[in-house]
Amino acid sequence: MTANPPSDPNAGHTIRSWLLTTDHKRIAVLYLVSVTFFFLIGGAAAGLVRADLLTPEGDLLTNEGYNRAFTLHGVIMVWFFLIPSIPNVFGNFLIPLMIGARDLAFPRLNLLSWYVYVLGGLFTLIVLLVGGVDTGWTFYTPLSSMFSNGHVVLVAAAVFIVGFSSILTGLNFIVTIHKLRAPGMGWGRMPLFVWSHYATSIILVLATPVLSITLVLIAAERLFGLGIFDPASGGDPLLFQHLFWFYSHPAVYIMVLPALGVISELVAAAARKPVFGYSFVAGSSIAIAIIGFFVWGHHMFVSGQSMYASAVFSFLSLAVAVPSGIKVYNWTATLYKGNILLDPPFLFAMSFIGLFVVGGLTGIALAMLSIDVHVHDTYFVVAHFHYIMVGGTISAYFGALHFWWPKMFGRMYPLTWGRITAATIFFGFNLTFFPQFILGFLGMPRRYHVYAPEFQTLHVLSSAGSTLLGFAYLLPFVYLGYSLVAGKRASANPWGARGLEWTVPSPPPKHNFVEIPTVTGRPYDYPIDKEDSR
Amino acid sequence: MSQDLPRLKEPYSTRGQQREADMLGVYLFLASEIMLFGGLFAVIFVAHYLHPEEFIAASKKMHVAIGAANTMILLTSSALVAIAVKAARSGHARPVSLCLALSALLGVAFLGLKAYEYWSEYQEGLLPLPGLHTDFASPGEHLFMNIYLVATSLHALHLTIGIAVLGLFAWLVHSRRVKLPAGATATETAATYWHLVDIIWIFLFPVLYLAR
Repeated sequence: MTANPPSDPNAGHTIRSWLLTTDHKRIAVLYLVSVTFFFLIGGAAAGLVRADLLTPEGDLLTNEGYNRAFTLHGVIMVWFFLIPSIPNVFGNFLIPLMIGARDLAFPRLNLLSWYVYVLGGLFTLIVLLVGGVDTGWTFYTPLSSMFSNGHVVLVAAAVFIVGFSSILTGLNFIVTIHKLRAPGMGWGRMPLFVWSHYATSIILVLATPVLSITLVLIAAERLFGLGIFDPASGGDPLLFQHLFWFYSHPAVYIMVLPALGVISELVAAAARKPVFGYSFVAGSSIAIAIIGFFVWGHHMFVSGQSMYASAVFSFLSLAVAVPSGIKVYNWTATLYKGNILLDPPFLFAMSFIGLFVVGGLTGIALAMLSIDVHVHDTYFVVAHFHYIMVGGTISAYFGALHFWWPKMFGRMYPLTWGRITAATIFFGFNLTFFPQFILGFLGMPRRYHVYAPEFQTLHVLSSAGSTLLGFAYLLPFVYLGYSLVAGKRASANPWGARGLEWTVPSPPPKHNFVEIPTVTGRPYDYPIDKEDSR
Repeated sequence: MSQDLPRLKEPYSTRGQQREADMLGVYLFLASEIMLFGGLFAVIFVAHYLHPEEFIAASKKMHVAIGAANTMILLTSSALVAIAVKAARSGHARPVSLCLALSALLGVAFLGLKAYEYWSEYQEGLLPLPGLHTDFASPGEHLFMNIYLVATSLHALHLTIGIAVLGLFAWLVHSRRVKLPAGATATETAATYWHLVDIIWIFLFPVLYLAR
């Protein structure tokens, strides 16, 4: 073990020491601050959309203004919050700690990826200031390439740049997991959080470049009239959708796979039991990543693609339910006869499972060709993907925040407030999005801001829910912020949890481990009979 | 002796571990590059499927001789780069910097020929640049030339980066700023990138020039 002496930029608490740090834990905190910033902007745009939908006439915004509001909401939330949130904050912080490494494989590349993310974010903010974009976050042609009045090329550049950041992070995680595991930590002894990040990273490295080239082509189409997506020039607009969804469906798994990893950790810690069917839960992450590459066509059932292609994509989409189901059943089995503590992380995990099951089951409904044709481009779809991407990912994100907060900052927060937040988010979320299932089933199309008066009651319910949800999202700022100043010091292992990250002090020292640990047992070796008091 | 070994950096425990991690990182990066061009190849195949005859007609107007010459140039440079890696591992600095510099020069020759090719296509009214009057028999041919322009210019961009990297390494090795064999992994990294650029051309050439 010939570790180099600590390099200067990582020391102290100066601004320079933060901006030039190569410590994965500090970079995680930099990401925490920046994704929180974009979460607030994206959330404000959502609030604007929900406020406009209070009345059937949409009095608050113009047609154009409404389109720009929901597009920015989508662009910011998808690319600047949901995709980077768990991997870049908690993956960065925890993967080296969990596998017994001193840092990620390429610390400077890790810092670069944060700067690239910030650069992409600046582009988005410029777009926001100069008036936004009106294409929806999917940039469908020919609207984006020929008719849009918004700043499509600028947004495409922003997303292209932030994609580069994703690729660098994914690459770093894969190399770290392959090469830097502590002695004794075989693949069968890795925490499930690490497994799910491994699966996520494969998607990040292999799917993101396809989005990059698609964005280059759409920018070239708009600037130079390339013609690849324009039938008048011999191109094919459907080709855009194929290329876009080849990335963007796997991107849904980029958002939810890390969340699934978080929940496995939270459930095991809350039940104080080993995760039931460890290898199946680990393997199902890889299965979701692989199958996820073959289901993009279910976004195109009514686009005019061949019926046979649709049937195959329908079947493959149903197949994703199998590994997803394995996870939910195994968490349930883990909780069975567990010695459960109703701590905030556990409540967030329960919230996740509830929302994930609703989102997943409606996903099965949408994967059915016949049902999808009926509810295509309605609020049913909006509700479905919010349950999975937003309900799922944000519950897990908040769960992770409440579980590892003491580890990250060395302070405890008031648990009661965490419980109140978890319950309010769950209630607010359902009040916001459940009415949208009904709206969609009744035929309310998505992306409309003027609607028939009979839909108003459900829209008002949904907007009321979103107000509650927004309030609940703001609560942690208060008590987590309070904990930083006045919270009591956290012990190394405040939850009585298993895993290498709990064997080091809170917050962990700069080089994580004084001596690289040797792993001798399986993960989640919880005492089953003995009460483990904290 | 210690000068012959690469510097052990954080967070690695052994040099072998560090070397393996570096190479895995490069291969993953190249895999993502292949997926980038993979999207472009998908576009080419779909457009070819939609307009088989027009694509053949357009492909016949390509300057095959220049394309073939460029293929030979890149293959030669790749061979030189492979020799450089062998030499780097055994610690001979002179052949390394010589081979890398020659490869970079061959890369410049490729770009020169490519520029000449663009110029002739421009003269023949084959280059569909915006604002330029072109006389294509069909939208399909126009589309082919558009795709050709995007694909080859993206490749040329990658080649330019490759030339810069090889040139830099040739200089670093020559001026002993990178010592061999300590810097062999770094040299191999640059070489592997060059091979990727070569391989992409090996696929672009038949798909664009020989699709007849």
